[in-house]
Amino acid sequence: MNIIIPIKQVPETSNVKMDEETGTMVRDGVESIVNPLDLYAIETGIQLKEEFGGKITVITMGPPSAEKALREAISMGCDDGILLSGREFAGSDTWATSYALSQVIREAGKFDLILAGERATDGDTGQVGPGIASFLGLPLATYTSKIVELTKDSITVERLIEEGYETLRLPLPALLTVVKEISYPRLPTLRGKQRAKKLKLKQWSSEDIEIDRANLGLKGSPTRVVKITRPKVTRNGEFIKVVDEESLETAVERLVKFLQEKEIV
Amino acid sequence: MSYQGVWTIAEAKNGMIKTVSYELLSRGRKLAGKLGCELASVLITNNISEEAAEELILRGADKVYLVNAPELENFIVENYSNVLIDLINKYKPEIILAAATTSGRTLMPHVAIRVHAGLTADCTELDIEEDTGNLLQTRPAIGGNIMATIKTPEHRPQMATVRPRSTRPAPIDESRRGQGEVITIDFNPELLDGWVERLGFRKNEEEDVNIQDAEVVVAGGRGLKKAENFALIRELAEKLGGVVGASRDAVDRNWISYPHQVGLSGKTVTPKLYIAIGISGAIQHLAGMKTSDIIVAINEDPEAPIFKVADFGIIGDLFEVVPELNEALAKLNKASAGISRTPVKNTTLAEEVEEDEI
Repeated sequence: MNIIIPIKQVPETSNVKMDEETGTMVRDGVESIVNPLDLYAIETGIQLKEEFGGKITVITMGPPSAEKALREAISMGCDDGILLSGREFAGSDTWATSYALSQVIREAGKFDLILAGERATDGDTGQVGPGIASFLGLPLATYTSKIVELTKDSITVERLIEEGYETLRLPLPALLTVVKEISYPRLPTLRGKQRAKKLKLKQWSSEDIEIDRANLGLKGSPTRVVKITRPKVTRNGEFIKVVDEESLETAVERLVKFLQEKEIV
Repeated sequence: MSYQGVWTIAEAKNGMIKTVSYELLSRGRKLAGKLGCELASVLITNNISEEAAEELILRGADKVYLVNAPELENFIVENYSNVLIDLINKYKPEIILAAATTSGRTLMPHVAIRVHAGLTADCTELDIEEDTGNLLQTRPAIGGNIMATIKTPEHRPQMATVRPRSTRPAPIDESRRGQGEVITIDFNPELLDGWVERLGFRKNEEEDVNIQDAEVVVAGGRGLKKAENFALIRELAEKLGGVVGASRDAVDRNWISYPHQVGLSGKTVTPKLYIAIGISGAIQHLAGMKTSDIIVAINEDPEAPIFKVADFGIIGDLFEVVPELNEALAKLNKASAGISRTPVKNTTLAEEVEEDEI
């Protein structure tokens, strides 16, 4: 069972600071982490490897510093890492990113399964997983919450949709995007960390793979960001502090009245 | 032939068109009005009659492209993608809007890749750029810390998924009866992929788990202290006709299952009323609920960030406040039980359709 896991390095969002003047994100001093939702894909891959054997290759596209994300995945138990890096990829939207990663996967060798996080916590689009499946012509299950059965030539999964869970059987090779419910990511082991530190990663640019340069980066991206604004978050709410029986009664009374004014009750 | 017209992708289940399809018509009508072009809905499904599909016309569509086939009963992305691409190649729409539902967010990227279109996810505002006629798509990013406006200057169609409940459904306008056309497209079996099989479906074990479609979400967090205390939240949700949500903390502690989770690694909800109880309001949680219409917070800590986004806040012990609130609502329900409730909703819908961004 050979598995490929595309991951993304993202800013640690809990520490995101905004520049009050410009409304842009302050990137200085913000730590970069593996996209938290990718950890569930990594964990799922490792569990499958433990049960069925095989090899896991993690791939990412990003600046040279993104190798840290690959090494973290390897320290959890993935085997190999490929970093696709180069100026020509800068400014890629989800179309161009899906294209570039697809070309890396074509080059990376034979595989049975691609596992991806449902979306990244920075861009929050969830479009690259399905995009890769579309480029590679692979059967796709999004929002996968459980792997029910794996055979030599098919995988049966449950996917979490609005109304419940549906069961799909996909022929292999296939691509799954996974949600949090599928697994609980393990922590890296000391041995894993040591291995990750020493392992030589593959560093590829557009020179190393067959790729149409017209489809890369900003030039190859159909979409353009034209404006960034900072939404007004703070609301001027009404607040009541409960300190005793009387204020408790008042608070609840006021809340009920508030809900009545808003035609909720 | 140049690209023209606005399309919305309608969704249906078990022969019923989903409300989110009508929300897209509100969006589409505004854009088609600005562009002076036609508005069409595409409905890929099974077992919907032309008469039933006409509701899309009554709610604003000029045309409905209806593809009805038993093979299309369930959403299998490969099949739906082939059908939609076939229609795009034939009719060349300029703009395609779908709902940012699990199927919309799967279908649209699959299609956008193959038709080489620009696609923007989870938009909360849509407009037309004055000079160019380009679609301006605005969406929250980086945990809702920024709003990015995106356009697709050269590629067509321009595609976007739209956050459910971010606009009101277009109302029925009886005068539109017979004003539009339902065009039934024969399903071409060659478009059937046949790779992926749907083996079954089970509903969520709890009934109240569809937090994204709910008008009222009552959510609990770490402040509840243990799983059993979610009973308080459930009781309140029930009294308000809502569903139960949860913070990541509560889910990670196994107090409640993952489908209830609101936030960055869970779901984004936009209900009319969101009540956060014992939730401090980490940025990841706020990202999933701060566009709710009305936000109420109950928390002991006056410094909790949740109060910054709240319209109404009670600073106090939830174990005192929530039971008192449940009791007050019970009395209220009892008092109003004798009075027949007037259905205010439908009338307000028609009035409010203009201001479509909430």
